[in-house]
Amino acid sequence: MNCIVIDDEATARMIISQLCSNVPSLTVLEEFPNAMQAIKYLNQNEVDLIFLDIHMPDFTGFDFIETLKTPPKIILTTSDPNFAIQAFEYDCIVDYLVKPITQERFNKAIAKAEAKQNKPVATNSKIEKVAATSGNDLYVNIDRRLIKIDIPSIYLVEAKGDYIQVKTEDKNYTVHSTLKKIEEKLPDSLFLKVHRSYIINVMKIIDIEDNSVLIKKDVIPVSRSNRPELMKRLNLL
Amino acid sequence: MEQPNQSYINSLSGGDEAFKQKLINVIKKEFPEEKQVYLNNYNAKNYKLAADNVHKLKHKISILGLEKGYDVAVAYENNLLEGSTNQKEAFEAILNSITTYLEEL
Repeated sequence: MNCIVIDDEATARMIISQLCSNVPSLTVLEEFPNAMQAIKYLNQNEVDLIFLDIHMPDFTGFDFIETLKTPPKIILTTSDPNFAIQAFEYDCIVDYLVKPITQERFNKAIAKAEAKQNKPVATNSKIEKVAATSGNDLYVNIDRRLIKIDIPSIYLVEAKGDYIQVKTEDKNYTVHSTLKKIEEKLPDSLFLKVHRSYIINVMKIIDIEDNSVLIKKDVIPVSRSNRPELMKRLNLL
Repeated sequence: MEQPNQSYINSLSGGDEAFKQKLINVIKKEFPEEKQVYLNNYNAKNYKLAADNVHKLKHKISILGLEKGYDVAVAYENNLLEGSTNQKEAFEAILNSITTYLEEL
């Protein structure tokens, strides 16, 4: 695994590099005394693993992780054991080493990182995930907090690549999920998939043209295959 | 009072004398700088910044095998974060002990 070391303390960087040198599968590509330099490097280079100090001036290790769209595996190195719980809220963090680090404990961390090699790592915690539903509520994970959305207030869900946008009367939420997943969480009585990229709340329809519906100010396409089901839902005169 | 030692450094170096000496040189360079920054912040009553400095110095204290000293540093760091200077004398005695030790290496 190719790795980099980020620590504002030269002694710590030297120790971690020495520990790495005793593991044949590890190659230390670079060492950085601060997160900003590492970010610049990572904009142009890929690494498998980062040894990251949490407690750095100006820009902490957690701040650094939040900047990464697709973080590699990260092993935190710190003199403070109190961050352990926070650390494991990040899927990319494979272990948490308290300084001074022994070779034995270091090797265990590397074994964990290697076990995770080839497994996809979730992106950072800013991304929201569909979590659960309870009655009329849908919970999404935002910054490690579960935020409640009132399901009847949702009028539109739109697929956008790896994300979905959930639009409600009050607010829009960008969620790292799929239309299929949220469709399973929404009641059939209110919601209908009218297009491969759109689920609408049928109670919120303003008008319908041949191949589109107007919901609030959004004009949503209706695919030919979904149109019969939509028409069945309407109380036609 | 416990004294600094090289147990951890020896274990880490695994007999690699070149690495051991290089590491000691880095510590000898970095420690006085960190100590001075701590003293400056303490004297300016910037206790939060001083706590950050103590946090960083904790690593050196533990590298030099000062287990009780490490506990003192942890308590002192927390005290500084709460605006208290309790444990200052004990902590600075540890710093002075390390200074003397490094000068003799």
